[in-house]
Amino acid sequence: MTGVPKIELAGLRKAFGPNRVLDGVDLAVEAGESLTIIGQSGSGKSVMLKCILGLIRPDGGSIRVDGEEIIGLGEREMARVRAKFGMLFQGGALFDSLPVWRNVTFALTQGRNRDGARMRAIAQENLERVGLGPEVLNLRPSELSGGMQKRVALARAIAPRPEIIFFDEPTTGLDPIRADVINDLITSLVTDLGATAITITHDMASARKIAHRVAMLYQGRIIWVGPRDRLYDSGNPYVDQFVQGNAEGPIR
Amino acid sequence: MTINSVAGAIIALFAWIGRIAIAALATVGRLTLFAANAIRRGLTPPYYPAKFFEQLSHIGWFSLPVVGLTAIFTGAALAQQTFTAGSRFNATSTVPAIVVLGIVRELGPVLVGLMVAGRVSSAMAAELGTMRVTEQLDAMTTLRTDPFRYLIAPRLFASVIALPLMVMIANAIGIFGGYLIAVYKLDFNAVGYLKVTREYLELTDFMMALVKAAVFGFFIALMGCYHGFRAAGGAAGVGEGTRNAVVSAFILILLSNLIITVIAFG
Repeated sequence: MTGVPKIELAGLRKAFGPNRVLDGVDLAVEAGESLTIIGQSGSGKSVMLKCILGLIRPDGGSIRVDGEEIIGLGEREMARVRAKFGMLFQGGALFDSLPVWRNVTFALTQGRNRDGARMRAIAQENLERVGLGPEVLNLRPSELSGGMQKRVALARAIAPRPEIIFFDEPTTGLDPIRADVINDLITSLVTDLGATAITITHDMASARKIAHRVAMLYQGRIIWVGPRDRLYDSGNPYVDQFVQGNAEGPIR
Repeated sequence: MTINSVAGAIIALFAWIGRIAIAALATVGRLTLFAANAIRRGLTPPYYPAKFFEQLSHIGWFSLPVVGLTAIFTGAALAQQTFTAGSRFNATSTVPAIVVLGIVRELGPVLVGLMVAGRVSSAMAAELGTMRVTEQLDAMTTLRTDPFRYLIAPRLFASVIALPLMVMIANAIGIFGGYLIAVYKLDFNAVGYLKVTREYLELTDFMMALVKAAVFGFFIALMGCYHGFRAAGGAAGVGEGTRNAVVSAFILILLSNLIITVIAFG
């Protein structure tokens, strides 16, 4: 874990009107590392990931991916950088007009109807990786349960074998057993594919299981970063209150 | 005291007018950028011809029944009204001329535009708005596919192509509707009616109708895509975007129709 960080944020700022969502975020993620970001709902965790993906234009600061500054890149250059990323969206964000297998291979076909047989095989292989059989290939996303949608979305995110994967609340809305299946999947994807991962979660069990390091975002800044073993004895009153879920404390 | 409060009220009024003017200009600016972006990216690869033809059939083919019905009823009603009004001063012979001019120059393009806007702008805004609030548009971007090229440009281009084709069909059906009433109810001579119709049907009118239709098609898709793309805030936001798409498409169709009519026929 030496050399240039895979992702490096410095002084990242983004405001929506008077609401300063990101107010100077500094964070470095090493290649092959799994970092979990915790923080209250609406604290800007998703906004931070969307800034890195170029989906939201930050107001200021710096975002470096493999040492390359990506703020201000043109459309084509940004598309090249995005090819390094995969993202699991909170609600899955599957394309409901397309069958499962076209969803999973969307990044490879870029939405075209080509290479049907080969794409089905690739879809099946990636679905197997997330524990789904070939019987879901032809289903529409609306025909799947919430947990299955999340797994299909996971298969779609990993199909192009991205170097970096973002998971936005991967276990939210799942029962504890399904949630743990997703945790195992994320852990094995990071290990097997050698990917760098950033996960947003409110689920402390999940954070402890999948993270190498944990960072807490509060009032637009990273107020604590540490190894996952220190999560419950961070010495930081904000982190303590958050991980223990106390209504009383410095966070109101 | 009173002078101060009057001055204050006047300043408040100007500030209010200013805010509205700035908001209107900002909207025009955003729309122009959006449209320019869609056209520029739609004209550069990767292209999605399959999406274009899919939209062409959505916008054109599946709108034909409603457009055909609108045209035949309107043509028929126009013939009846012209006859009734004309009979007061012995001008019933103007029926075929009024029908052909009225349909081709105004009613054909405008009614097709409005009917298709009601059908298509709303559907586009609802679909793209849902994709926006469920993060499907963000997902598409991260999957290396540009929504402007994949979703918006095919809709915009298909709509610009489909509307003139539909207006041609609607014009023919509308004139036929007038013919039916005139010949079978008002006892016009069939051959004579068609002869007058042909005399009054000029190429420039026909071409103007197609130009109008293309402009309307552009606004129909632009409003649907723009309001869908900007939808925010869940189901309520999608509903609002859909409503705004239809209302703004209607207004732009009627306004651009007036402008084109005044320039071309004024």
